[in-house]
Amino acid sequence: MKNIISLVVGFIFAIGLGISGMTQVHVVRGFLDVTGDWNMNLIGVMAGAIGVHALLFLMIKRRSSPLLDSKFHLPTRKDIDGKLLLGAALFGIGWGWVGICPGPGIVASVSGNHNVLIFIASMLIGMFIFKSFESKIKS
Amino acid sequence: MIQALIGGALIGIAVSLMMLFNGRVTGISGILGGIIKPSKSDLDWRVFFIVGLLLGGFVLKFLTPEAFIQNSSAEWFDYAVAGLFVGFGTLLGNGCTSGHGVCGISRLSLRSILATITFISFGVLSLLVFKFIKGSL
Repeated sequence: MKNIISLVVGFIFAIGLGISGMTQVHVVRGFLDVTGDWNMNLIGVMAGAIGVHALLFLMIKRRSSPLLDSKFHLPTRKDIDGKLLLGAALFGIGWGWVGICPGPGIVASVSGNHNVLIFIASMLIGMFIFKSFESKIKS
Repeated sequence: MIQALIGGALIGIAVSLMMLFNGRVTGISGILGGIIKPSKSDLDWRVFFIVGLLLGGFVLKFLTPEAFIQNSSAEWFDYAVAGLFVGFGTLLGNGCTSGHGVCGISRLSLRSILATITFISFGVLSLLVFKFIKGSL
């Protein structure tokens, strides 16, 4: 049942990204291009998603556990460290350069666009490199 | 803008369902990272989520193929290098636009708020450099 929920969540998430234009690099880059013809779609998506989830999360967290698991798996770290900020900076550099982040990239890969497929392959390699050195990086 | 808000609301509903039923944060880079180096008990739901994303993609491709039009002067090696940055960076920084930007900010996590400010700032800078070097978007 958990797997079916995950599948449905992935499906709705993808439709949301598609409707809001996030699967198109020029829409995402149009937001980051603050000196050009500014596209506000990304703010709309973030506002819509955060508005709905912030409200629902307040209601959900009043429960002692989720419906299909014994506990909530929430991040517990509160410290601000260099890895968080360096990671976010590296991610931002790649994201701004071409306009793709992981979710929209995976959804847009079904179009067969060669550049998107190259991006996804490369992103998985980047993740694999991190995982290979994770024990050294995290220590 | 209305479409962006509706799409965003759908995303908000999706990540809320994931939290209500499975108690999980819908962070796409984290879900993918867990597939690359899986622990046995924890693999299935991640794969099903990615399959759901792809199924949604196929439906979009069928109903609104214009959702996948990509206007950019970036070339294949730009995508290749950017992919490495995104893959490595999201795992080092524990999240991307979904995990930090949507789920984390909704929980008022300071780590996520700072991460989001950081990746948007560097995204803006990176695109500015791209424009300067290539002369177009």
